[in-house]
Amino acid sequence: MTAFPTRTLAAGAKVSGAGQKLLAFASLLILVVGFSLASPNFLQTSNIMAILQATSVNGVLAVAATLVIITGGIDLSVGTLMTFCAVICGVVLTWWGMPLPVGILAAILAGAACGLVSGTIIARMKIPPFIATLGMMLMLKGLALIISGTRPIYFNSTPGFTQIAQGSLVGMVIPQLPIPNGVLLLFAVAGFAAWILARTVLGRYTYAIGSNEEAIRLSGVNTDAWKIAVYALAGGICGIAGILIAARLNSAQPALGQGYELDAIAAVVIGGTSLSGGRGTVLGTLIGALIMSVLTNGLRILSVAPEWQTVVTGAIIIVAVYADQLRRRRG
Amino acid sequence: MTGLLQMAGIEKRFPGVHALKQAQFELRAGEVHALMGENGAGKSTLMKILAGIYQPDSGSIAIDGQEVAIASPRAAQNLGIAMIHQELALMNDLTVAQNIFIGREPRLSFGRLDEAALNAQAAAIFHAMNIAMEPRALVEGLTIARQQMVEIAKALSVKSRILIMDEPTAALNDAEIAELFRIIRQLRAEGVGIVYISHKMDEIRQIADRVTVMRDGEFVGTVEAADTPIATIITMMVGRALSDETPPVPDLSAEPVVLEVKGLSRGRAIRNVSFSLRRGEILGFAGLMGAGRTEVARAIFGADRHEAGEILVHGEPRDIRRPRDAVRAGIGYLSEDRKHFGLALGMDVRDNVAIASLERFADRLGRLNEAAMGETARRYIGKLGIRTPSEQQEVRLLSGGNQQKVVIAKWLLRDCDILIFDEPTRGIDVGAKAEIYRLLAELAAQGRAIIVISSELPEVLRLSHRIAVMCEGRLTGILPGGPHTTQEAIMRLATQREALTEEQPA
Repeated sequence: MTAFPTRTLAAGAKVSGAGQKLLAFASLLILVVGFSLASPNFLQTSNIMAILQATSVNGVLAVAATLVIITGGIDLSVGTLMTFCAVICGVVLTWWGMPLPVGILAAILAGAACGLVSGTIIARMKIPPFIATLGMMLMLKGLALIISGTRPIYFNSTPGFTQIAQGSLVGMVIPQLPIPNGVLLLFAVAGFAAWILARTVLGRYTYAIGSNEEAIRLSGVNTDAWKIAVYALAGGICGIAGILIAARLNSAQPALGQGYELDAIAAVVIGGTSLSGGRGTVLGTLIGALIMSVLTNGLRILSVAPEWQTVVTGAIIIVAVYADQLRRRRG
Repeated sequence: MTGLLQMAGIEKRFPGVHALKQAQFELRAGEVHALMGENGAGKSTLMKILAGIYQPDSGSIAIDGQEVAIASPRAAQNLGIAMIHQELALMNDLTVAQNIFIGREPRLSFGRLDEAALNAQAAAIFHAMNIAMEPRALVEGLTIARQQMVEIAKALSVKSRILIMDEPTAALNDAEIAELFRIIRQLRAEGVGIVYISHKMDEIRQIADRVTVMRDGEFVGTVEAADTPIATIITMMVGRALSDETPPVPDLSAEPVVLEVKGLSRGRAIRNVSFSLRRGEILGFAGLMGAGRTEVARAIFGADRHEAGEILVHGEPRDIRRPRDAVRAGIGYLSEDRKHFGLALGMDVRDNVAIASLERFADRLGRLNEAAMGETARRYIGKLGIRTPSEQQEVRLLSGGNQQKVVIAKWLLRDCDILIFDEPTRGIDVGAKAEIYRLLAELAAQGRAIIVISSELPEVLRLSHRIAVMCEGRLTGILPGGPHTTQEAIMRLATQREALTEEQPA
């Protein structure tokens, strides 16, 4: 019998994605070094903060997508669900004049409820995740437009709302390090999701379902219920993303959202999570999301046209997954 | 009748298995030649070599006295050899005619398909076969029997002279079998040589001219079907020495019945199956492939629904609709396909052992106690002798026998006192087999009730305290374990088809 020493990460997370994470992390480093050599503006604190800020929304969505993808599923509705939750938040805060915490809670609960619906359609009605969440994506897009009357809802009557994303608690303590609150929120969400995955029953079943759903069902586990729980959790996280984007724009823009799901999935894939399920980490996804925003930002600083930025991002996705395959074949 | 095909000295090894040892087979034009043997005797391997699917390690194949090499299924087709597999290989969404001519479609200019010629040619073949079939019908809508006719038509469309049929009647009813036999007889009259693989004794009587028996990859003999008693053929099939290690059968009559199954039924797969199982008992389930043993196990476990019947656990009726219900009742199922139905291969030993009992290791917030999980896994690694560098080894890196032990550990940890083992030693090497046997006997001695499904008769005889035999979804008899039960007795029950039940007392 061949003995493969298996290491356990500090977080107790699966090690299978460790190699890809190293690879992704190295790519991120190379990008950062490359851009800072190419342009003195790149490493300015303000630019770094801009990159982080730009990562926050996609990062949170990508964390949600990671959970679902580890079960072997896919969630195409994360983008429009985010918008839907932002609209709900606007309705509760601006139209109904409720206090801020109620609005936040409403957005998260709305997200979780929609996730619950997606999960139920997938687990109980046995509709493939791609189809179920494609349907949800369109329904939520429409509902966001209907509820808002196709017009943005502004948060001018809720003082401090924009601070959720744009303020900087860290900056108030350490002025040299004005990390936006949105980024703190991203780290908090990522940390929470990583903890769920590594330390809890829900997390273990998430990997197990992605690894071999039928074997887990035959072990007497209520796989349907756990799968629904994962989609609900992912939906709740999309709700947080909704609050974040609303706070950044000081408005709920009902037409926004479609397209975000692909960026989120791209970040997950670059981060080494397998679309066939069973393996993947939140840390990898974070690095994946950072790679995407560093790339966009760096190319912009180098005055590369935005069209070309899109081309490069697409190429990076393919290269990342190919590199992962090469590594796995060798391993 | 003339010599059409000679296969001689065929050798084939797979990793760990010597599948064919100097196997031979001979076929005449215009005969139906039955090829018989137990599961794993090498019949299918030999025929797959003839059909170009496998390459022999050595040996010779001659057609019309000319030595040939059959390098691929395509080459076999060119030599006039066609094989109709047990699992039909038709494309459901295409029409009958499109299936018959797949890859050889008549064409018009610019790569356009000539659908008219396609349908006309297909119709001509069915006309020659003397059956009514619409060439434009979708295969999806056809019964299995009709699909088989399409396969046969496909074989005829390439002018096949050798037709291999692998258990063609497995999914057919009596009327369909009669129709199939009519066509086989017609083909025989036209000079086609037909190899007929089957387990069913009465069919052999009806259709075969000669019978060749294989055992353990070797040629046993070829006999005339007409003047050879069924008993002789069965003896040829199982004729190896009995394992002398048959353990004494304990007297369990005082033990309580822990599982009782009454009138379990589902369609044709499970037909009115009833039996009981006592504490500490190992009940073997013997039968040929497709006899319905796995179906019974999965129905008891709730992996598949059953239509009728009662399942009593410890004397109480339990409504088992899902695996969850069975596990709650203390029933564990160890599938023959560990990789698909038993293990999460990419996860480690610890997770796989704990996966059915995860809630036990969690606090109220759902946080897992990894240390306790690790300790438990290590305890079972020691107890069952699982060879692994650590409990954090990914299960896919373990050998088959050790993977099987991980699944056993999962159910022991879940406190299952009724364990159903489906082919517990499949894919496990000989040394590890003995260890699994010892483990099963130990588990029974500790008071667990065990069902073992096995296609290997020596294994059933060696392990079981009682032996239930199935044929075509029915339980045809329960034999006592121990040295007085012979493989022949089991085979007789395993081949006891409904029509023969009256003629052949068990």
